[in-house]
Amino acid sequence: MNAAGILQIVVFFVLLTALAIPLGIYMARVYQGERTFASVILGPIERGLYKLCGIKPEQEQHWTAYAFAVLAFSLIGILVMYGLMRLQALLPLNPAGEAAVAPDLAFNTAVSFATNTNWQNYGGESTMSYLTQMLGMTVHNFTSAATGMAVAIALVRGFARRSAKTIGNFYVDAIRSILYILLPLAVVFTLFLVWQGVPQNFDPYVSATTLEGASQTIAQGPVASQDAIKLLGTNGGGFFNANSAHPYENPTALANLFQIIGLLVISGGLVVAFGRMIKDGRQARALYAAMALMLVVGIGVCYWAEAAGNPAIASQGVDITASDQAPGGNMEGKEVRFGLSASAIYAAATTGTSTGAVNSMHDSFTPIGGMVPMVNLMLGEVIFGGVGAGLHGMIVFVIITVFIAGLMVGRTPEYLGKKMESKEVKLAVLSIIVFPLSVLCLGSLAVVLPIATPAIAAAGPHGLSEAVYAYASATANNGSAFGGFSGNTPYHNSALALAMLLGRFIVIIPTLAIAGALAAKKTVPPSAGTFPTHGWLFVALLISVIVVVAGLTFFPVLALGPIVEQLSLAAGTLF
Amino acid sequence: MLKQMKQSILATLVITLLTGLAYPLVMTGLSQVLFPAQAHGSLIEKDGHVVGSALIGQTFTGAGYFHPRPSATTDTDPQDATKQIPAPYNAASSTGSNASPSAKSLSSDVADRLAALTAENPNARIPVPVDLVTTSASGLDPHISPAAAEYQVPRIAAARGIPEAQLRSLVARMTSGRTFGILGEAHVNVLELNLALDQQVAQR
Repeated sequence: MNAAGILQIVVFFVLLTALAIPLGIYMARVYQGERTFASVILGPIERGLYKLCGIKPEQEQHWTAYAFAVLAFSLIGILVMYGLMRLQALLPLNPAGEAAVAPDLAFNTAVSFATNTNWQNYGGESTMSYLTQMLGMTVHNFTSAATGMAVAIALVRGFARRSAKTIGNFYVDAIRSILYILLPLAVVFTLFLVWQGVPQNFDPYVSATTLEGASQTIAQGPVASQDAIKLLGTNGGGFFNANSAHPYENPTALANLFQIIGLLVISGGLVVAFGRMIKDGRQARALYAAMALMLVVGIGVCYWAEAAGNPAIASQGVDITASDQAPGGNMEGKEVRFGLSASAIYAAATTGTSTGAVNSMHDSFTPIGGMVPMVNLMLGEVIFGGVGAGLHGMIVFVIITVFIAGLMVGRTPEYLGKKMESKEVKLAVLSIIVFPLSVLCLGSLAVVLPIATPAIAAAGPHGLSEAVYAYASATANNGSAFGGFSGNTPYHNSALALAMLLGRFIVIIPTLAIAGALAAKKTVPPSAGTFPTHGWLFVALLISVIVVVAGLTFFPVLALGPIVEQLSLAAGTLF
Repeated sequence: MLKQMKQSILATLVITLLTGLAYPLVMTGLSQVLFPAQAHGSLIEKDGHVVGSALIGQTFTGAGYFHPRPSATTDTDPQDATKQIPAPYNAASSTGSNASPSAKSLSSDVADRLAALTAENPNARIPVPVDLVTTSASGLDPHISPAAAEYQVPRIAAARGIPEAQLRSLVARMTSGRTFGILGEAHVNVLELNLALDQQVAQR
């Protein structure tokens, strides 16, 4: 660890917060239907879209209708994308001549993109045509992000409203998310990335003759436009197999910094918007502080572990000292232009959110360094989380926290003036319990079923880490991987798709039910017995609840995976 | 229900046209006007043909060139289409090794690379820096650390018959430091360094 590396982490946090605040204020105005500076241009387009789709924006939905719309919209997206991949060989914009995608892989990929997971059992440049990347991947990057944002806003309305029957209109929330937030940011970010060196073309793959006379085929494509939205929408699906480690997807240290900010800024902004919409900024600051604290601890541990390096390499006489001349540490699966600190920030941010884009290969991190992204997944992706998904996931943890605090003092728990009764707490527990259930059950099958185990590449404890990481990533809708795991088999394509669907919809439906139940409630004014939910005491309690829930569930698996591996490695045992 | 399904289908269609067609096409048009070189992949031409991209690493094996990091990319075996064989710097199929830190194979790969480097660079002035014995995340890393360049200086000086000091100043000139002094790490672009080297001294 060195001064530049630590300073880089500080700069990142300052910039993130400085950008999240104005964005959040703007987003609150958008979702409350107020005029913004963008309304002059986007207002007519918005009204035109509603007309084309037959949507009446003033017609609000009961939570059940809202949930049905989410499901219908996602289902149609899955079907369209599946068809596109199966037919790509017959469709235009396919200069590399990619064949039709196999049915099980196409199913897995369609579910993966519709659930905002972007788990990729394929290499983009060797599987997907330009048309599939645009009409499939890029579109889902917008729609799945907009769906998450809509659900979060619906939940916030549940708190903000009193004795109401409806929680908003899904189509309006989704279209506003795309038109006013995702699309304008993506346009600016695309141009920034192209300026830094990310290609944006429809050229055939380039054939180069190297200085030594060898030939090299260099993949091309409309990379930047997909790269921008993959980050802003916390999707994470790379244009190329190596994702944001590929120098065409992430060419410079500056591009890298803004990629990390890009994948956090909307989730951070949504917390700010939450504060504006419930008219209590203190509540938002408490959630932001809890998220930022957990993120900084993760980055710190990961950076420290990677800087300490791999003893199996260092012991051979390789120089792993960091200096102004060399990155040092554990450089297997990392790029020289990023080094250790920028890789650690990326790894923690991409797994704290549901992004899953990577600028270094998590599978090759030191055991403790790789445990950080794994733990971030296991905490339920509430460290800023997916766009929307992070905020509604965090609020569900808040409900559990006030419930536990209520048990301790013997009072009915309340949050933001709404009494948390048995129905809300049951729904919150349901949406939390599906995660460990899916990860542990499907993860266990992955390490015992004969049909499943060939996917595991590493021997020893690291093999367990690979399988558990895969199912944690799929259920958390993250999409990053310990990439040695070869999931492209009919069994894993199906089981991972199941995990993604469970992790997405068995969380969204109870969340919308909570929103509906809360909206129908009256608001009670705070009394002397109300547990304040904005001070440091609450932040500490909230973090403890998140860590204890995940810790009790997953500690045994972490002990058998990364912790045993680290101890063996230090003792010189290899597998 | 039926009305809801119809709204979903129409919304999917309209959003697909907007974000899947209009957005990438407009972005392509704008990028090619504003940043044409980058938009087309930062290609480098020499004597009228493309020699590579400034952003994509390529293999160098000659003693008179700076060598890049090891690469884990593969290609389909021409003998057997079901198999993958090592093909370093395959820019049509990026990948890292995904080697587990506790894998015996990683440790022995490092030992092999170390032995090869030591044999090729008997007069190196510094120990082998870690980036020269580890594969990058993309398999296409265009850069090496300044230390990795320095490690190779004596070999190249001997192969080209030029003083080491001349090479050191070339490396220093071609080194990019951390952005604004804090972001990322110092790095040297191997292809650009070798092009500059060829321009300065003809290869013997």
